[in-house]
Amino acid sequence: MELMSYGTPAGLDATFAALADPTRRAILARLATGEASVGELAAPFAMSQPAISKHLKVLEKAGLVSRGRDAQRRPVRVEAKPLAEANAWLETYRRTLEANYQRLDALLDELKTIPQPPQGR
Amino acid sequence: MTQKLTVDTPDDLKIVITRAFASPRERVFDCLTKPDLVKRWMTGPPGWTMPVCEIDLRVGGQYRYVWRSPEGQDMGMGGTYKEITPPERLVSGEVFDEDWTGGETVATQVLTERDGRTTLTTTVVYSSTAARDAALRSGMTEGMEMGYENLDALLETV
Repeated sequence: MELMSYGTPAGLDATFAALADPTRRAILARLATGEASVGELAAPFAMSQPAISKHLKVLEKAGLVSRGRDAQRRPVRVEAKPLAEANAWLETYRRTLEANYQRLDALLDELKTIPQPPQGR
Repeated sequence: MTQKLTVDTPDDLKIVITRAFASPRERVFDCLTKPDLVKRWMTGPPGWTMPVCEIDLRVGGQYRYVWRSPEGQDMGMGGTYKEITPPERLVSGEVFDEDWTGGETVATQVLTERDGRTTLTTTVVYSSTAARDAALRSGMTEGMEMGYENLDALLETV
């Protein structure tokens, strides 16, 4: 399989698409506590191992998890880098919005000193 | 004691933005819908202005926003109001002039008030995952233009 090129738009799209599913987010949350086999990952979900394997393939393609070499167990572990990059995108988007909203805070504060015209209720 | 801004991507088409304001929702609603008020805060990164802000606040009515960069480049967008329930709910379609979001997105703004404070929840639904991620990326570009120094200065004023 081709290596994902992290930080490119395509890489981020794959990351966000992979993160868009609640089961896959739950799998990542579980893996954040340590590596696990497919069987161990499937246990808490009402899902077959093949269904879990499908989700793992999406996560692996997005570079979010990797599989160990141990042929018997092939433990799954989380890869931190693409997650950190997705977070960085969100964080900067957040900053731009926050700049707008901080001006709105100031405006609302200023409006408090102006008597409100009677409102028809 | 403003509640921190949160940005979430609960599924592959949405961005959900939540922020609380220390004012009743009538006032926040005014700030979202009256052009002379909108122009004063929705200006984007420092140095940008909002030369055009037209709002026809009726269901089926149009609004149009244009932002201008410090270099004089304009970025416009507009759309149609789909639902207006003052002071609690506002649903509008939006399309950027360059249409980098690949068609219309729909923004739903819900205002809830508690103890004189208003929480504004904005849910933006994009036409595709690629469009949603493009929006997130544009946020990054603008954020970088702001520079951290400007941001620090801004944070000190509030």
